[in-house]
Amino acid sequence: MQLAYYPGCTLKTKARNLEEPAVASLEALGFRLEEIDRWNCCGAVYSLADDDLIHQVAPVRNLIRVKEQGNDRVVILCSFCLNALKRANLLMKGDAEKRDTLNRFMDEELDYGGEVKVLHLLEVLRDEIGWENLAAKVEQPLRGLKLAPYYGCTLLRPREVAIDDVENPTVLQEFLGALGATPVFFPESTRCCGSYQVVSNPGDIPGYARDILSSAVMSGAEGLVLTCPLCDYDLGKGQDELVKKEGFKGMPLFYFTQLLALALGLNPGVAHFELNYGSPEAFLRERGLLS
Amino acid sequence: MPVSVSRRRTDGEFVKKVRELSGENLQLCYQCGMCSGSCPAASHMDFSPRQVIEMARLGLHEEIVDSKTVWVCATCLACAVACPRGFDLSRLMEAIRLLALRKRADHVRPEDIPVEDREELPQIAMVSGLRKFSG
Amino acid sequence: MSVTKRNEEPAKKAVKESAGAPPVGLTPIYVMGKRYEVPEGLTLMKAIEHAGYKFIRGCGCRGGTCGACGTVYRKPGDYRLQVALACQKTVEPDMHISQIPFFPANRAVFEFDKLTVAPEEVFKLYPELFRCVACNACTKACPQGIEVMDAVSALKQGNIAGAAEIAFECIQCGLCTSRCFGELMQYHMFQLARRIYGARIAPRAEHLAGMTEAIADGRYEEFLDRLQGMSEDELKELYREREIEPVTAGEDWTPEDKAYL
Repeated sequence: MQLAYYPGCTLKTKARNLEEPAVASLEALGFRLEEIDRWNCCGAVYSLADDDLIHQVAPVRNLIRVKEQGNDRVVILCSFCLNALKRANLLMKGDAEKRDTLNRFMDEELDYGGEVKVLHLLEVLRDEIGWENLAAKVEQPLRGLKLAPYYGCTLLRPREVAIDDVENPTVLQEFLGALGATPVFFPESTRCCGSYQVVSNPGDIPGYARDILSSAVMSGAEGLVLTCPLCDYDLGKGQDELVKKEGFKGMPLFYFTQLLALALGLNPGVAHFELNYGSPEAFLRERGLLS
Repeated sequence: MPVSVSRRRTDGEFVKKVRELSGENLQLCYQCGMCSGSCPAASHMDFSPRQVIEMARLGLHEEIVDSKTVWVCATCLACAVACPRGFDLSRLMEAIRLLALRKRADHVRPEDIPVEDREELPQIAMVSGLRKFSG
Repeated sequence: MSVTKRNEEPAKKAVKESAGAPPVGLTPIYVMGKRYEVPEGLTLMKAIEHAGYKFIRGCGCRGGTCGACGTVYRKPGDYRLQVALACQKTVEPDMHISQIPFFPANRAVFEFDKLTVAPEEVFKLYPELFRCVACNACTKACPQGIEVMDAVSALKQGNIAGAAEIAFECIQCGLCTSRCFGELMQYHMFQLARRIYGARIAPRAEHLAGMTEAIADGRYEEFLDRLQGMSEDELKELYREREIEPVTAGEDWTPEDKAYL
């Protein structure tokens, strides 16, 4: 079954370890991620000003691409992009005046009114494949590894685009359970990693990382599971700083798609663990999950 | 940090612009402080999120614009989700930032990002950082 | 600019007849707001010169490849800004024209030999790349019909080869940069991508390298010496008697003398 797929710029370079295991895993599950043609950068952040329409153009253009290529939905791996695209979609659905202005501005494109459904891969796994079916396909259960799901901001806020309950989400825990790991939900699982502050105030990032990772450590987690390349960078670099400066006892950071590929018994090369922060290869080898 | 409030210091134009840009009803806030309590960046701020709303609706333009608060906000929306009155504080933060950025006062200029960082930062960091901090 | 007496007569005649609608053969255009009637069928560049202007800037090859004559124009009642190359586009009635012979766009300074194929090279030299908002104004401003936004998008995705291919026909006119919301220097970034692509990514012609090496090794020295030592008659004889590939020869035909294949 074919799924229209929007990658986002980062997945083509720095976050190959989020995309490649996803593509391979979905093949193994009977789906094919078809990258949409001529997509552009979604703008990463949703514009919050009432009069600012120019910054809505980038995400809406991508939704138009999905529609004009004959798809009624699009699947996304990067939570940051998901958030921007989903909110822009809601704008086009709900605000007639802005929809009209944007359609007229983009006169070289099809008109768009929110016809496409924007989904995160986790929603597809939960709602279309189902946890039981996923568990049945697992070849190499994750040996009860104590993994902390890190939701961050973009999967759950604002409420209108949340893929799960805002205060007590469970989708990542269910995902990890289906793969044979032991999910460890921890208090700071939905706390922000610092996001784009890494550009303006990089010195603040280790502080954010400490708040999140020490909470995970104290809850007994051995690894952190992420869905966003910016969280990966902030937490990864932040952790490296903490380890260097304070001897912080960190943990390996994983993308959820890497664990999916590992549990499905695929060739681990497809997961590109060498690109991760926190030395996951050594950890996995020690646990007998990597040779 | 004491802030003096008087008719001489309040800027009605500023309040109006902030209301328009954010599209939010500033009067909803009853200063409960849930936003400050949920903000992960609060420890890096000089004025707390709660204080910023109050200062905004009092029109204390200078104090807010010189403060670190809006530039340290990461738009994580913890405040918006926590607010019992449904006030989206992230839109107020954005409005205050834009009032500066639209006057060509960039907070981060692309050329000031160190070259090593330009190589390392994932594209989403560059795009979002420049979106939030340059006009 | 000098206009000879001989040329003045038809112009004077045309002016007399022009009260109201222009006579057949002339078209009104507006250059920097001033109205001129110019012969139909002329290119914008020739029309502007016909109107009495002399180009010392904004004019180059006159053949559509140098990018010097980037021109913008509008028609009355239409908000759309249109673009053209003055040396290629022919006049249309009521065009309101302005030219952009030069648009200031800072070019990054770099040592090409030190650059690799990593997409980060472009990120380092042109960080303003990330200010693109996909507004598409650049594409609409391109007189070459290049999908400029797509090429910028390719660069953001780290696809240098893709950007180089999309922007292959770029003639560096600068119109895209003049319209860019994010203040990007598209044509400089594309030039960088094309240089990296050409020097480091594009496949090499291996048979050319092999041939060059064979020549340097002296494979043809003896033959050339022999030719140089021949008389004119001997050369003519050699030419007359040369082996010619038959018209009906298949792809696997080879000459009998294979010494220099």
